Amino acid sequence: MSGACVIRVLVQAEPYDISAEIEAAKAAGGHVGAIVTFSGVCRDESGRIAALELEHYPGMAEAEIGRIAAQAAERWPVTSLTAIHRHGKLKPGDDIVLVVAASAHRQAAFDAASFLMDFLKTSAPFWKKEHLADGTSGGWVEAKDGDDDTAARW
Amino acid sequence: MKLIYFAWVRERIGVAEEDIDLPAEVKTAGDLLHWLRKRGDGYAEALQDPKVIRVAVNQEHVAHGEPIGGAREIALFPPMTGG
Repeated sequence: MSGACVIRVLVQAEPYDISAEIEAAKAAGGHVGAIVTFSGVCRDESGRIAALELEHYPGMAEAEIGRIAAQAAERWPVTSLTAIHRHGKLKPGDDIVLVVAASAHRQAAFDAASFLMDFLKTSAPFWKKEHLADGTSGGWVEAKDGDDDTAARW
Repeated sequence: MKLIYFAWVRERIGVAEEDIDLPAEVKTAGDLLHWLRKRGDGYAEALQDPKVIRVAVNQEHVAHGEPIGGAREIALFPPMTGG
């Protein structure tokens, strides 16, 4: 199925247009019947966080997400997979990451989107640093063991 | 060999990247971590717990036991927290 799947990976500072990405997934043709989107958004942690600074490894970030998407396309009959991850300083409410998975029927799109996000979190080279509302640095966000466990279920 | 550091590994070592000639006895990613720890206080602090450090060779993840000979670019960084 991977031959038929269009994979699009972007790592950028700019915001993205979720509606435009859904329309692009539909544009693959009339066989597309299910589109699942995941949006990751910057939280404020009850007012504690003023901003998140996202550092990434240019080149590897795109390559690693592309490798994960290619694995998803091998496992599920998806027509397209889009992943957009932002970097730089993001404020609460800002979009961080978007995954759009499209397929003929919904289960493949749900599973591929979930798989892509689970491995993006544990394998894509991005790191978050907190900037606190009181003006100080909250330091680097620590990775959660639970994320590894979640990815291991696949 | 081009070495690149990210997040708190970069901050503790104090540079984002550098070119280093590695001695012949540094054969694996794990050897590199142990050898770098002796280069100074910043390195020692960044790499004090080598098992948490992730290594990428030519922009692909590798296990610490993997050989690094012939690599163009090696990156060291903490566990990832994107998404």
